[in-house]
Amino acid sequence: MNEYPRPRAGSQPPYLCEAYRSSVRRAPLQPLIQLPHTLTERTGLLYGHNPIGETDHDLTRQCSGEPLGERIIVTGRVSDEDGRPVPNTLVEVWQANSGGRYRHSRDNHPAPLDPNFLGAGRAMTDDNGTYRFVSVKPGAYPWANHHNAWRPAHIHFSLFGSAFLARLVTQMYFPNDPLLPLDPILQSIPDEGARARLVSVLDLSVTEPEWALGYRFDIVLRGRRATPFEEPVR
Amino acid sequence: MSPIPSASQTVGPFFNFGLTTNRLLGVLTREGAQGTRIRLSFRVLDGDGIPTPGDSLIELWQADAQGRYAHPEDPRSAAADPAFCGFGRLQTDEKGACVFETIKPGGVPEPDGGMQAPHIDVTIFARGLQKQLVTRLYFARDAANAGDRVLSMVPAERRETLLAHPLPEQPDTWHMDIRLQGEGETVFFDV
Repeated sequence: MNEYPRPRAGSQPPYLCEAYRSSVRRAPLQPLIQLPHTLTERTGLLYGHNPIGETDHDLTRQCSGEPLGERIIVTGRVSDEDGRPVPNTLVEVWQANSGGRYRHSRDNHPAPLDPNFLGAGRAMTDDNGTYRFVSVKPGAYPWANHHNAWRPAHIHFSLFGSAFLARLVTQMYFPNDPLLPLDPILQSIPDEGARARLVSVLDLSVTEPEWALGYRFDIVLRGRRATPFEEPVR
Repeated sequence: MSPIPSASQTVGPFFNFGLTTNRLLGVLTREGAQGTRIRLSFRVLDGDGIPTPGDSLIELWQADAQGRYAHPEDPRSAAADPAFCGFGRLQTDEKGACVFETIKPGGVPEPDGGMQAPHIDVTIFARGLQKQLVTRLYFARDAANAGDRVLSMVPAERRETLLAHPLPEQPDTWHMDIRLQGEGETVFFDV
C-alpha cells in the first residue's frame, strides 16, 4: 500500500513562530507523536457537508446590490502530490471586504462595512479539480501583532481533499504586494518556493475583458505517491 | 520532481462567518442513527490556561457505531450507517467551549486483524496556529484502550490527556480539555 509522504522539511510553517505573536502561547511545546496512518486518517469527509447554493461561489451576488471594489475571478486546480486532480471536493473561502474589514463582530478596524459584501464563499471542484470564485479584491488591514503591522491582502481557503490527511487551511496572496516580505504569517514558512506558491498569478486568460481581473491559484493537497520510491538526494 | 503540498496558514481570528455558520455541523446524527447517543464537550485552553475566546475551531472525524467509515478506503463502507455523518465542526464560544451531539464510535478493525479502541480524531484550528493540531479522543475506562496501538505509543504519563470523562451529573456527556501548551499539555500528533 502506498503511504502518504510526510511533509518535506521547510515546506510547512512551524507551530511556534516568535514573530507571529499569537503563536507564542498557543503552539505546543512538547514533541508531537508520529501518528500511524490508520483507517481513521486514510478516510475523511467526502463531497462536503451541505449542498452548494447557486450564488455560493459568487461573492458579488450574495446581497441586493454589488459590493464596492476591484472585481476579481479566482480560479485554480486542486491536485495531489502525484499531480492527479482532486475532483468533487469542497473549497471554502472567506475574506475581508475591499476596505480591509471583515464582517465579524470582533473586527474593530475602523474601515466601513460594505452592506453588499458578506465575504464568504463555497464551491466544489469539478472533474478536473478546478474551482472558480468571483469576488472583489480584499483590502490590506492593520493588526495588533506589532507596531504598525499590516496584513497583505489575502483570501482564506479551506479544503478537504480525499482523506483526513489531506485537510488544508491556507491563505492566498496577490502578486507584487509590497507587504508580503513584511508579513510574519507568510514569512514563517521557511522555504521560499513554498511561500511563492501561496501567491496567486495574474492570468489574462482568466480575466474577463471589460468585467473582472483574473487570478490563478493552484493548490496541492497531500496524497499518496504512485511509486513508493523516495526522490533521489542530489 | 513531484509537486509539494501547499503550505498551511492560520485560520486567523475571523473564520466564523466563513466556516461555522451552519450550527447543524455540531450534530453528527440524524434520526435513526445506530448506537449510543452521547454528547462531547470540549474546552480549548492556551498556554496561560485561558480558554480561547471564540477564536478556535474543532473538527471531529469518527467511525459509526460499528467502526465503519463512509469512504471507499474502508472495505465495509457500503454498510456504513446512512443516518450518521462522521464529520462535525464547531467554533468554540467565549469560554473556549463547544458541545457536539454524536454516538459512541465502534472499535476500528486493523488490517492485521487487530482492533483500535473507540476513538475520534480531533482537529483544532485557531488564531495563532499556523497549521491544524491533531489529537485523539478516547473514552476513559473503555476496556479496549489497553490494546490500542496508538495509545500505547503515547508515554503513559501523558495518556490521560487523550481521555474524555463522563460528567458526574450528565453521564452521557463526555468532556475533554484541550490544553494547547504548558502544564498538562494535550498530546498532539504529527500526521
